Amino acid sequence: MSDDFPLPEVDQINKPFWDGLSEGKLLFQKCNNCGHSWLPVRQECPNCLAADYTWTKASGNGVMTSWVVYHTSFIPAYKDRLPYNVAIVKLDEGPQMATNIVGETDYSKFSIDHPVELVIEKEHGINVARFRLIDAE
Amino acid sequence: MRGKVVVAGVGHTAFGKLEGRTPVSLNVEACRKALNDASISKDEIDAVLVKYPTSKFQSKFGQTVAEALGIMPRIGGVWDQAGASGISMISFAAMAIEHDQCEVALVCMADNPRTGTRSAYAKPRGGADGSGTHGWVSTTAGYAMIARRHMEQHGTTEEQLAAVAINNRANGAKNPNAQLQIPITLDDYLQSRLIVDPLRRDDCCLISDGGAAVVVMSAEHAKKAGVEKPVPILGFGQGQTSWEVAQRPDLTRTMAHKSGATAFSMAGLSPKDIDVAQFYDCFTITPIMSLEDYGFCKHGEGGPFVGDGGIGWDGGLPFNTSGGLLSETGMPGMQLVIEGVRQMRGEANLQVKNAKKGIVSNQGGEMHTHSTLILGQ
Repeated sequence: MSDDFPLPEVDQINKPFWDGLSEGKLLFQKCNNCGHSWLPVRQECPNCLAADYTWTKASGNGVMTSWVVYHTSFIPAYKDRLPYNVAIVKLDEGPQMATNIVGETDYSKFSIDHPVELVIEKEHGINVARFRLIDAE
Repeated sequence: MRGKVVVAGVGHTAFGKLEGRTPVSLNVEACRKALNDASISKDEIDAVLVKYPTSKFQSKFGQTVAEALGIMPRIGGVWDQAGASGISMISFAAMAIEHDQCEVALVCMADNPRTGTRSAYAKPRGGADGSGTHGWVSTTAGYAMIARRHMEQHGTTEEQLAAVAINNRANGAKNPNAQLQIPITLDDYLQSRLIVDPLRRDDCCLISDGGAAVVVMSAEHAKKAGVEKPVPILGFGQGQTSWEVAQRPDLTRTMAHKSGATAFSMAGLSPKDIDVAQFYDCFTITPIMSLEDYGFCKHGEGGPFVGDGGIGWDGGLPFNTSGGLLSETGMPGMQLVIEGVRQMRGEANLQVKNAKKGIVSNQGGEMHTHSTLILGQ
């Protein structure tokens, strides 16, 4: 089963992101020219188009903007995990990412714009960024 | 250029399981029927615009189709906007005709995801960003993510999503060419299984083999050629949201509003002038949001609009009158244009009496792309 698990495709451009997770940090790119922050990894700032950025550590806090629960597996490796969720998280610093919410399977507790915090989990030998619900302050 | 260019002919294959047929063959059949419908010879064609088959990418597919048609056109190639390609290609053809770059264009699409390969519809790899690693795959899930946000933010209900499916399935059930001719009730809908929550099986379009084509030319050319029922193109527009679902600043708004506004402005019309509508219904949330974006109702009120009789035959807007992607065929979009043309000619299966203005929406990806067409008489 692990043989067909969809591991990320790591290349020279996104390697710092995955290296960061392996060191327990969620990194995003921050533009040195205009200050815009983004994910997923790319070589130019999508705001000002400058190719000058700094890898920056995320606080790990954000909100869930939406979520879905899969009842059909489109990839064999996830068949045993049904039903599983995928959520979009917007980090406090601005970047957005597709991820999973862990630690809660009662979906009646999910709501849009619910605060979440980072949980780095081991997945098939690598570290991945997932999130858990936290109480609003 | 309002009304200066017309749809002169339309054609399509059967829809459903078409074992052994290739996308090239289905394109040729649809084009042959469209040429016959327009009563013109293929020798008049000097533009061939093709949507490449979504299920399997092929380089220079537009040239492959032109060769199969035995044509060396002036203008030809593939347009890559997924489900928005059909109307966008018709728009491009109209502009090219207006500027003497070509005279008669064939615009076509065909695919065989039902019996051929459909691996391209899933994204089974991990991806550079690890989206697949998180299990974030499938087009259905992209629309489910948008639907969830719409439901939570605007209070859109399952019953309102169902209203789209019930309307379109009822129309498709009366269409002898429809792939799925089974109407549904609200109970049927609520009992259909969840695919990616909040979307159920009955929220999702069909997967279909099939092809469709239209012939586009100037109104003047159509008159000279003796085309029987030319349908004038009154307006068109596009709006490309483009960004991946996970990156959008607002999941419940798309560039469809720009597409609709551009088309209405060109046509000199507004939603109240429209007598019949064919909206891209790959998933039930899609037409609900397009109705909002086009101004048939306010932003966030698409749910109550479709749920409270805004669409349908009892005083609402006659909507997806041949069944749409939910019932007629899951083919991405050209069948909606063809039904729009039939309504303007007065020869639709479920004809709207005195229909004089029709609108068609096409969109693709996970609301990445959008185009709009307004037809008249």
